[in-house]
Amino acid sequence: MSPRVVFPNKILPYLLVAPQLAITLIFFYWPASQALRQSMLREDPFGLSSKFVWFDNFKKVLSDPNYLNSIQVTAIFSISVAAVAMATALLLAVMAEKVVRSRGLYRTLMIWPYAVAPAIAGMLWLFLFNPSIGSLAYGLRWLGINWDPLLDGEQAMVLVVAAASWKQISYNFLFFVAGLQAIPKTLIEAAAIDGAGENKRFWTIVFPLLAPTTFFLLVVNTVYAFFDTFGIIHAVTGGGPGKATETMVYKVYNDGFVNLILGDSAAQSVILMVIVIALTAIQFRYVERKVHYG
Amino acid sequence: MKTLGFAAGVAATMTLLSSTSAFAVTEISWWHAMTGANNEVVEQLSKEFNESQSDYKIVPVFKGTYPETLNAGIAAFRAKQSPHIIQVFDVGTGVMMGAEGAVKPVADILSMGGAAFDKSQYLPGIVAYYSKPDGTMLSFPYNSSSPILYYNKDIFQKAGLDADNPPKTWPEVFEAAKKIKTSGAANCGYTSTWLTWIGLENFAAWNNLQYGTNENGLAGTDVELKFNSEPFVKHFQAIADLAKDGTFKYGGRTSEAKQLFLAGECGLFTESSGGLGDVIKSGMNYGLGQLPYYPDLEGTPQNTIPGGASLWVFGDKSDEEYKGVAAFFTFLSQTPIQARLHQVSGYLPVTIAAYEETKKSGFYDKNPGREIPITQMMGKAPTENSKGVRLINLPQVRDIENEEFEKMLAGQQTAQQALDNAVTRGNKAIQEAIGN
Repeated sequence: MSPRVVFPNKILPYLLVAPQLAITLIFFYWPASQALRQSMLREDPFGLSSKFVWFDNFKKVLSDPNYLNSIQVTAIFSISVAAVAMATALLLAVMAEKVVRSRGLYRTLMIWPYAVAPAIAGMLWLFLFNPSIGSLAYGLRWLGINWDPLLDGEQAMVLVVAAASWKQISYNFLFFVAGLQAIPKTLIEAAAIDGAGENKRFWTIVFPLLAPTTFFLLVVNTVYAFFDTFGIIHAVTGGGPGKATETMVYKVYNDGFVNLILGDSAAQSVILMVIVIALTAIQFRYVERKVHYG
Repeated sequence: MKTLGFAAGVAATMTLLSSTSAFAVTEISWWHAMTGANNEVVEQLSKEFNESQSDYKIVPVFKGTYPETLNAGIAAFRAKQSPHIIQVFDVGTGVMMGAEGAVKPVADILSMGGAAFDKSQYLPGIVAYYSKPDGTMLSFPYNSSSPILYYNKDIFQKAGLDADNPPKTWPEVFEAAKKIKTSGAANCGYTSTWLTWIGLENFAAWNNLQYGTNENGLAGTDVELKFNSEPFVKHFQAIADLAKDGTFKYGGRTSEAKQLFLAGECGLFTESSGGLGDVIKSGMNYGLGQLPYYPDLEGTPQNTIPGGASLWVFGDKSDEEYKGVAAFFTFLSQTPIQARLHQVSGYLPVTIAAYEETKKSGFYDKNPGREIPITQMMGKAPTENSKGVRLINLPQVRDIENEEFEKMLAGQQTAQQALDNAVTRGNKAIQEAIGN
């Protein structure tokens, strides 16, 4: 489609991509191949004795009710995080567009939480909602809510979803603001002259034109909820109570690093790898074509 | 090493001052998980040892939490970069013992140091826990603790309870907890850290009940869990019932509940003796008592089992390095050092001499309650049920137990269901871990 650019030098292009290739090889292909190998071994923690078991670890993992539970937890968690983080960010972005004075200040304040490390964000929410010392927990109890995320699985889920979404809202906000600015004002003005109300204008003009941004964010948020929320879950609930907030990534950590069952843990990370590859493939091959780019 | 030696050589020729001893010093690395005041103790001990002689140099390295330190050690061993000494928490004992060939028994190392190793100098309860079934001591007990009862004297007085006589049995504890709650003296009556270590493992030993077959795993790795028998169910159902109206309050899986006690929210509290430092620091009006038991069970109270951590030595080092490790362990065993460690940290002394010394100094008269964890552990010769609990995958089994307890305390299942589930799931995990 695009005209081919031909470099006259035969070696230079390879040299230029070499550092990137080296990094990919060392930090992706090497560990990935190790995980693949480990996923077919049954080994003691110290690696003193190991046995090649083909796909036994996968069979074991996939028939484990706790793993199926973690898939369900991951689905609920990821959908909730993506939905909450994107809806809130879109609302804030639309509102921030309407602010006339000190718009920059509002935007800066909105972007701020993105700079907070996941584990710190987790601790922050943990303290705010800690049943015994949290200031917001007092408020909830005052409202008559029996707030105890240490034992109530649903409340624990709400807490980690809130913490994870809060951190991602800034990022989404940034992209939605950019997306909104790219929409020609003339379209909106024309609709206004034709008598379309604010709601109508948003849903028929702004929202469809934001589709590329929304789709991009959907993928980014899903990947974020899958893989970047470990720190938050680790700090806030540790996967508990019971296994109510044990996502697939958290289970990989728990089985591998706490319980030292390396084969199962590696098999789970291979499954996660397949999921990421599938997600990316869907993004590029399938859905992207159907999104209307204005 | 080569480049280091070369650099040192260049430096020596340039200054002509470098002493030859710089080349002879053998470095001994020590990975540990001690934070705060306990980390200062580690640094201080290393410094004192390094200054006391010139052949070896202990290099302490902080590696994070207990599980993180253990994982770092395992990863390092797999990469053939293991440290000499690694501090492993009680739960990791089974993991380390399963790794024959990766670790070198401390008994062998101590006798390499020249002096004959005399096991009888060490507290028997602790040594038994860190020994193989044949009696070979595998690791060096560094910081051992035992669970005891703490209570808030102010809350006791407000509730009209006798602040000088803490409850001794579980029924008395539950009564007192209810009184604290109903009188409004505090929000919650009783809380506990480590429901697994205190509520199951020590509960079993202290009440002389079977936790698992094969002497709870000390006699062999093939263990069938047994902690769903009637006394356990009765105990946990009582706690689950108290949890319904908040008389018992759950803090978390490890030591999070300490916050509830320190904040004055709960009047009674079971926790490791090693947690005493924080209680003292908070400045609260606290009292100490023995771990409660059930008087209607035969032979109770029996004895408690140690928690804490011990020092393991990896098996891929040279004899010269092992001599250094032996010298360090001998240094640690000295009576004045052990006595000081015990008095400063709240952890138990490792040698009998250090215990006697502390006793003679009048420390226990001035600090009543500090002897409780020792008498609890040493009071009676241990039975098959009370030597300790050792499972090849105890961290995983504790996870399972915690998950079931949380569902029970949330009211989703009864104590019987929780313990039955924990036993079934735990047994399956043990069988998988030993390769069946």
